[in-house]
Amino acid sequence: MHSIAFTVNGKPASIAADPDTPLLDVLRNHLGLVGTKFGCGLEQCGTCMVLIDGEPVKSCGKAVSTVVGKTVLTIEGLGTPERPHPLQQAFLDEQAGQCGYCLPGILVTAKALLDRNPAPSRREIALALDDNICRCGSHHRILRAVETAAAKMREGASR
Amino acid sequence: MSASAAPQLPGMLRDNPRLDQWVRFDTQGRVTVSTGRVEIGQGVLTAMRQIAAEELDISPDRILLQTGDTELTPNEGYTAGSQSIQFGGVALRQACAEVRLLFLDRAAAQLGHQRDALSVENGAILHKGQSTGQDYWSLAASVDLQREATGGAPIKQASQHRVVGQNLPRTDLADKVFGGPAFLHDVALDGMLHARVVRQPCRGATIRAIDEAAIRRAARGPIEIVRDGNFVAILGPDETLVEAAAATAPGHVAWDNVEALNPMSEEGRWLLQQPSIDKTHGAPPTDPAPAGRAYEATYTRMHIAHASIGPSCGLALYKDGHLQVWTHCQGVYPLRAALARTLKLDPAAISVKHVQGPGCYGHNGADDAAADAAVIALRRPGQPIRVRWRREEEFGFEPVSPAMVVTARAALDGAGKPQDWTTEIWSGRHTNRPGGGGNLLAAEALPDPPPPPPAIEGPPPPGAGTRNGEPLYAFPAKRIVHHLIAETPVRTSSLRGLGATLNVYAIESSMDELAERAGQDPVAYRLSVLADPRARKVVEHVAQMAGWRAGLPAGTGKGRGIGFAQYKNMAAYAAVIAEVEVVHAVQMLRIWCAADAGLVINPDGAINQLEGGIVQGVSWALKEGVRLDESGISSRDWEGYPVLRFSEVPEIAVELVDPAVDRPPLGVGEASGGPTVAAIGNAVAHALGARIRDLPMTRERVMAALLRS
Repeated sequence: MHSIAFTVNGKPASIAADPDTPLLDVLRNHLGLVGTKFGCGLEQCGTCMVLIDGEPVKSCGKAVSTVVGKTVLTIEGLGTPERPHPLQQAFLDEQAGQCGYCLPGILVTAKALLDRNPAPSRREIALALDDNICRCGSHHRILRAVETAAAKMREGASR
Repeated sequence: MSASAAPQLPGMLRDNPRLDQWVRFDTQGRVTVSTGRVEIGQGVLTAMRQIAAEELDISPDRILLQTGDTELTPNEGYTAGSQSIQFGGVALRQACAEVRLLFLDRAAAQLGHQRDALSVENGAILHKGQSTGQDYWSLAASVDLQREATGGAPIKQASQHRVVGQNLPRTDLADKVFGGPAFLHDVALDGMLHARVVRQPCRGATIRAIDEAAIRRAARGPIEIVRDGNFVAILGPDETLVEAAAATAPGHVAWDNVEALNPMSEEGRWLLQQPSIDKTHGAPPTDPAPAGRAYEATYTRMHIAHASIGPSCGLALYKDGHLQVWTHCQGVYPLRAALARTLKLDPAAISVKHVQGPGCYGHNGADDAAADAAVIALRRPGQPIRVRWRREEEFGFEPVSPAMVVTARAALDGAGKPQDWTTEIWSGRHTNRPGGGGNLLAAEALPDPPPPPPAIEGPPPPGAGTRNGEPLYAFPAKRIVHHLIAETPVRTSSLRGLGATLNVYAIESSMDELAERAGQDPVAYRLSVLADPRARKVVEHVAQMAGWRAGLPAGTGKGRGIGFAQYKNMAAYAAVIAEVEVVHAVQMLRIWCAADAGLVINPDGAINQLEGGIVQGVSWALKEGVRLDESGISSRDWEGYPVLRFSEVPEIAVELVDPAVDRPPLGVGEASGGPTVAAIGNAVAHALGARIRDLPMTRERVMAALLRS
């Protein structure tokens, strides 16, 4: 057991764990942040996506020791019902989801995209989300929601 | 029967006639509404809320909705077959209309007014539009809802609807978008143990040796191993340790009585050599058509996985002689019955409650995971047990949709129209749910396992393997010849659309070939043999949406195709046009869909379902097929079983035809898949000038078709 310290959703976190523990398990089972989902454990489906220092990373295959001193953002840190991130608001407005299991991973991946490219084309959004599987077939709405959020964020930035 | 016989109760109200099973007023200011239907990502809870709000004249947000709980909700069997609104929704609608009428009767008696002068406004009783001071809650004590529905109360006309027909936002979506504990996988109870099961490689396999020490070493920390017969589970409070042990465990168990599979059985044509249970539905047999007037073509597909984005999960607690199970399966009552039978318990000693899971699209591993948790919980009284399947386990052991072969055969008249039509179907079983007992993996591994469920499928409509085997077209004679293959290489059961997907593919591909032979445009040819005005309307509507033009040349590398069906020949009508470009592989450009689902409760929700069916249909058509090797399903991850990704999804446009007309609602959830696969097949044939008859239409099959053309 080691004491491992990093920042999650803007707050310091310190946990005692085997350094090889997957970050996903630490988030869900040690920190109670269950918004990030287990999908495959094979870094193939993107349901476990979080941002580490702003970059989308599949947390199922990431040992917690690799995030020491780093900043992790999960879906819980993106926004709240009271203060939704524009992406979350757009997903609600577009009703972009069916079962919704893939959405936390997709939302944080989309945030990373919009942070580096505020005006992505539909094609660029689709390519950025190609690491995230949606099995229900909500793709069309999800792409539209990311476009809508990007437009809202650009409006906000230019105000 | 007398002339004044009571009207027949609609849908599930026949099985659950007591009004208080559906509606209660036991919380001040709120209405408790119960539905046996469960949310599996299709938005049904939002639609049920709208239905109840409409007939009770109450704001949707004042409804407390109970769903899928053997202690609380009516028994509506399975949430499956696109039947929730068509049968469950109409039952709830009638129950609510009757409850409202009983309250108005009571208010009329108490206030001394004519009932017709009374109305309900958000739960308050009004007289000629003015407050009476009475409401549902003030009258609740004097209205007995412990009575059976009569079917006598009128339901509202579509023109009176204020909530039905509106796009009420999904009530479950916010929790998912903000990362709340929305799924069973997120539920953690005090003292809960995590568990994984080491699966039998096949039914009947027996353990020869198990190296428990090696499994414990792999855990790198404390775990327990539970073993009973051929059931082996690993459990402990630390999920990471349990998972580490489970990942290596299959390599530390040696099995006897394992039969090697024939890997060739992954393709549908293997079925043609198998013994089968044969039945003919429809017109009597006929002589073969004369050579110049005969059409015949054969189509196949591989097994298809549900491939849920999250692996199955089950949670159970056995305490004080009572077993509580939480599950994301499609039927809490059938699961309870199956658990009672296979675990030899009294059903009254078991409660089963639905909690949402990842989208399932049919009978996946959810029931099995619940049974896993139950079996372990019985051996660890007082400790909550959460089983979450591994990804390899979900792909490797869930029941998959069977491979199929369909031959379409027609005898044509002088104008090239079918006079006699046969759809001949070879398929494994599409219905294999655990309700009647059996078919729970954990029970099969325990000593004295139950026999496998018998291979029985009901006749069409709706049918299972035979589903949509009868074309809706007005051919003078139509029959289905069904070869049900009881023994398949892997366990099979229901997946969205069941047999309809390949049956519609075969029928609609054949319709395009017949149109070409008759020198007619595919849309015009279909309309020339389509009598049902609602069917005609969706075909005409989608042709208009897509700007369909007859006579575009074939073999240019770009193509368009149409596919049409009325799901189950009794649910929603859907027509789809696909536009593709084929270079080395099929690239989807656009999809248009028009659907008639009768009265639509939530148009955006219905469109969402149709869109989902389209995307899944594209994925089935182009990418999906379960791979087998000698030891079973070998495609056990997302690389072995690829599904459609974001950059491969076409532009999609969906329109509903006459959604606000007074007609019964028609189930929409499975309506678009078959027509989508068919439309893509026809578009690819148009683009290539050659037809691909075996699904999926992979790059290899495209190249082979190009070589043929």
